[in-house]
Amino acid sequence: MKIAVCAKQIPDPATPYELDPEHHWIVRPDDQILDDTDRYGVEIGLQLAEASEGSVTLFSMSPAGNLQGIRQALAMGADKAVIVSDPALKGSDALVTAKVLARAIQQEGFDLVIAGTESTDGSAGVLPQQLSELLEVPALTFAKAVEHDGDTIRIHRQTPDGYDEVEATLPAVLTVTAGVVEPRYPTFKGIMQAKQKPVEQLTAADLGFDATEVGAAGSAQYVRSVTPVPARQAGEIVEDDGEAYRKILEVLEQAKVV
Amino acid sequence: MSDPIRPIATDPLDFLETDHLLSERERLLRDTVRRFVADRILPEVADWFDAGTFPKELAKEMGALGLFGMHLEGYGCAGTSATEYGLACTELEYGDSGVRSFVSVQGSLAMFPIWAFGSEEHKQQWLPRMAAGEAIGCFGLTEPDAGSDPGSMRTHARRDGPDWILNGTKMWITNGSIADVAVVWAQTDDGVRGFVVPTDTPGFSASDVHGKLSLRASVTSELVLDDVRLPGDAVLPDVVGLKGPLSCLNEARFGILFGAVGAGRACYEAALTYAEERTQFGRPIASFQLTQRKLVEMMVALQRAMLVALHLGRKRDAGTLSAQQVSFGKLDNVRQALEVARSARSVLGANGITLEYPVIRHMNNLESVYTYEGTNEIHTLVLGEAITGVSAFS
Repeated sequence: MKIAVCAKQIPDPATPYELDPEHHWIVRPDDQILDDTDRYGVEIGLQLAEASEGSVTLFSMSPAGNLQGIRQALAMGADKAVIVSDPALKGSDALVTAKVLARAIQQEGFDLVIAGTESTDGSAGVLPQQLSELLEVPALTFAKAVEHDGDTIRIHRQTPDGYDEVEATLPAVLTVTAGVVEPRYPTFKGIMQAKQKPVEQLTAADLGFDATEVGAAGSAQYVRSVTPVPARQAGEIVEDDGEAYRKILEVLEQAKVV
Repeated sequence: MSDPIRPIATDPLDFLETDHLLSERERLLRDTVRRFVADRILPEVADWFDAGTFPKELAKEMGALGLFGMHLEGYGCAGTSATEYGLACTELEYGDSGVRSFVSVQGSLAMFPIWAFGSEEHKQQWLPRMAAGEAIGCFGLTEPDAGSDPGSMRTHARRDGPDWILNGTKMWITNGSIADVAVVWAQTDDGVRGFVVPTDTPGFSASDVHGKLSLRASVTSELVLDDVRLPGDAVLPDVVGLKGPLSCLNEARFGILFGAVGAGRACYEAALTYAEERTQFGRPIASFQLTQRKLVEMMVALQRAMLVALHLGRKRDAGTLSAQQVSFGKLDNVRQALEVARSARSVLGANGITLEYPVIRHMNNLESVYTYEGTNEIHTLVLGEAITGVSAFS
């Protein structure tokens, strides 16, 4: 099985993001790490590839930087990476990103595309569904368990009440929720080999896009303004005189959680 | 002229931005070990310390990661640089000195002599399984009456036809009772030789040292060799004399001089967080001058220790590191880490004496690290001889 895994390099969430004041785009340093939620997609991809003697190719669109995040996924065991990195892509919205990735994935060929449900830095959460439309394949989303049998892929789709069993015939797009599997650590041998693994770098033009179709110019969506999260208000302390539960129930009812 | 000095700094945990001295691969490896320690060591290590146990089953997970003999080539070892080995030790010891000791003993003291001095059969038989964590090794040099003076060891091996017969007692042996193989050093007619001893050989026994208040999450044993009969090819063929075991100790000391920085960092981080959160006289204790002084001294000492470690690591990878320079690093980095731990303990006040915080565990551990693999005193005299040309002890 030929597996494409979407893997995003993001600024380390441990340090506050910097936004450029004019466009509110995230300033991307050279040092970017693998989005933690993508480790689950990589792990599922590796497990399916191991069971089917398949391969895992990573796809990413971002400034390449020093490729630290991509190498992290390669060190886990992915076979190679395709990264679309081009100043012309700056300011692309989710749909443009999906178009670029879809073309890169199509060019490489695939049986299954795996993605996280949403990125940690952008959090749009729409890219996998857009990919499925653009690639004209079914989307199996929010998988918490995945089974593969011949041409069939079967998942447990997480719902608020439990899960649905959903299946589709390959090729397909699959999204996995964080925490579904224990992602493996990159092994030291994997880390030693990661530098030798092929990382193909493409520009928008390599994929047949002209500059007006991508980046801010090609995007319908833009961020008008950004407001910081308001500081948390101090909580209310209820002294328990034996009747405090009434007060707490009242608060919960007001908040419509009971 | 170069750019002006920037007006602002910086990260309290990496003040001098030493991170930029690391390659991308070094950082990836360091971050991997850091994550492993956060996932698998930190949540439980206080309990292991409290109970005085080391979970042997961790060995296979560590082996799968590639931690054992990581800087050796071939035989299932990962083949990293020495600096990378050092950085892994820093992260492991951020978890616990006992955990780092486990890895040091397996890689530097048990696998290294087999790799460097063993026969091809020794290497084939032991190294791949030891690298995978399926076989555990220990290193028998120190004796009850031979510590800093290993040349006075009483353990001896004599020939009996084609065989060797070993007798003697080894003391303070990390991993002794959980080991599958022991590298034992013994006097022979030709001088000190090393022997590869499977621990199920009749006459070999190990019993644990109890009542330790340091390195409690680590197994420490006494080995007794009572007419242990070994085949003639059990001897390490490629080394005779004390330089054999001493070269292993240099390997281990190299890991320690990196490791100590990790233990110190754990204490400094705990003290910094605590000082920011703990309020007395209506303000965080971090705002008091005496506390700030302690925190700054800790930070400065640890940054300096990391720079020393990285410098020695680079020299090692360039093939220019001397044993005396390793002594410099072991002597000073462990001493600094111990001072940091003690100072951090005082910042935490009464809370600093419990296992709820990592500080006193590290502090007690570092008392052992201060002494083992060459005491502070011996390393001082090594440096004394190096700079004066006169030996104080031989």
